[in-house]
Amino acid sequence: MLKDITLGQFFPGNTIVHRLDPRTKLILVIVFIAALFTAVDWFSYGLMFLVTAGCISLSKIKLKTLTKGLKPLIFIIVLTGVLNLFYTTGGKVLLDWWIFTVTTEGVKRAFLMVVRIMMLIMGTFLLTYTTSPIALTDGLEILLGPLKKLHVPVHEMSMMMSMALRFIPTLIEETDKIMSAQKARGADFETGKLTDRAKALLPLLVPLFVSSFRRADELAVAMESRCYHGGEGRTRMKQLHMKGRDWAALALGAVVLAATIVMNVYGL
Amino acid sequence: MDTVIKVEGLSHVYSEGTPFEKTAIHDIDVEFYSGQLVAVIGHTGSGKSTFIQHLNGLLKPTSGRVYCEGEDIFATKEATRDVRFKVGLVFQYPEYQLFEETVYRDIAFGPKNMKLSEKEVDERVREAARFVGLSEDLFEKSPLELSGGQKRRIAIAGVIAMRPKVLILDEPTAGLDPAGCEGILKNITDYRHETGSTVLLVTHSMDDAARIADRLIVFHGGRIAMDGTPEEVFKRAQELTDMGLDVPQPAAIASELRRLGAKLPESIYTSAQLHEAVLALLRKGAAD
Repeated sequence: MLKDITLGQFFPGNTIVHRLDPRTKLILVIVFIAALFTAVDWFSYGLMFLVTAGCISLSKIKLKTLTKGLKPLIFIIVLTGVLNLFYTTGGKVLLDWWIFTVTTEGVKRAFLMVVRIMMLIMGTFLLTYTTSPIALTDGLEILLGPLKKLHVPVHEMSMMMSMALRFIPTLIEETDKIMSAQKARGADFETGKLTDRAKALLPLLVPLFVSSFRRADELAVAMESRCYHGGEGRTRMKQLHMKGRDWAALALGAVVLAATIVMNVYGL
Repeated sequence: MDTVIKVEGLSHVYSEGTPFEKTAIHDIDVEFYSGQLVAVIGHTGSGKSTFIQHLNGLLKPTSGRVYCEGEDIFATKEATRDVRFKVGLVFQYPEYQLFEETVYRDIAFGPKNMKLSEKEVDERVREAARFVGLSEDLFEKSPLELSGGQKRRIAIAGVIAMRPKVLILDEPTAGLDPAGCEGILKNITDYRHETGSTVLLVTHSMDDAARIADRLIVFHGGRIAMDGTPEEVFKRAQELTDMGLDVPQPAAIASELRRLGAKLPESIYTSAQLHEAVLALLRKGAAD
């Protein structure tokens, strides 16, 4: 059951989306989000839909994989839809019952809002699905580089992030193992009152903490013995280079954002 | 002999229906008899760990059944829970499962889950500690401050304290020094002799298996490739080598000697047997 968790999962591939520089992709995701939130009406939404669909088909990630990522957020999506449905006024009244009023404008808003959130999630998932965690943190580190001038420990933060990502599968495996071992001793994680179940977690959490500390210790020693001493003067094995396709993609992103801003002004 | 565990047509497929689908074990039929010490051998990925986790209901089979003392262990939820106490499973590197503040309380975790009385729990903890050679002075210490070998003994005691009918140990000597290995193996054989319970020992070491087991089961590619007495299994040395497994060192030396022309019997697999056979041969040579 724990194995089913997909967190920042990366699907290797060799499409143009995979090959783009992680920095480009990070910037594009921010541009994408900005464009999504400036979109106001059918035309701009249509444009965003085309952009999203285009990116997904270019990445060759299966639509099913992306929609699976929506599942845990279904509650938020539905809630947003419902709130917009009932709290938007204007247009023809379709239904008027007790305190609930549904108008044509409400239906439209709810629909657009749900589409917006879904595109937002799919677009950001596309980033983690097509970019390896290492490339992602590398990209982030360089993009945040200017903050170093303000004494923000950018390198340390991105190193921490890569390590955290690296250890998620390990910890899941470890948890599975300890759970099995305690179940073999008759521990019961599934039934009982809430307080009993919280107590039942103790045999799981204590060994997990102990082994995490041990692992952290070992990792630190391994890093030190390879002369790691923070980001200063550190070079990279994989240099990131912006290529023609990156500039092209960024230009395209700028055009899309400009288009949605213009449409926003005209209310399209 | 009484059958303790009976396995029928057991198969297990991991991540069924996904691209990661993998058949770990395939259509296994086997019975374990009361009082046997069975060594389960096979290299990494041969399915032996998956197999043993079915015996106490931790994994549910994709198809097939497991019976413990005649009862289907997957029939009801209660049956699956009860079987955990009847079939004690000690995982690989069990020291990582210790969590209590004191050694005593950690060993008592299993018996307490069985809802036994305080007195009964105490009795079992002391008995289990004795079986694994833990002195009672350690009872009030934190398990985390003890050495690796001692931690492992505590973990094994934690399972023995449930007084299981069948004790399964997955690589109990992995990562221990020779003296530590020796100690644990001796504890296991003593425990078996004193309690008469069935013991399943998963191991890589052919020498350990040859020395203490009365029956060997060899897993290969998710199936049982061989099942018999050590003598029967080690006779098929070539097949074992083909599977990427070793034969015990005495057996290897004996077969090398045979190749060089020494007339040694086929049934040698422990150093004591080899010693006897070589001596006999020498005496015979001297007499001729």
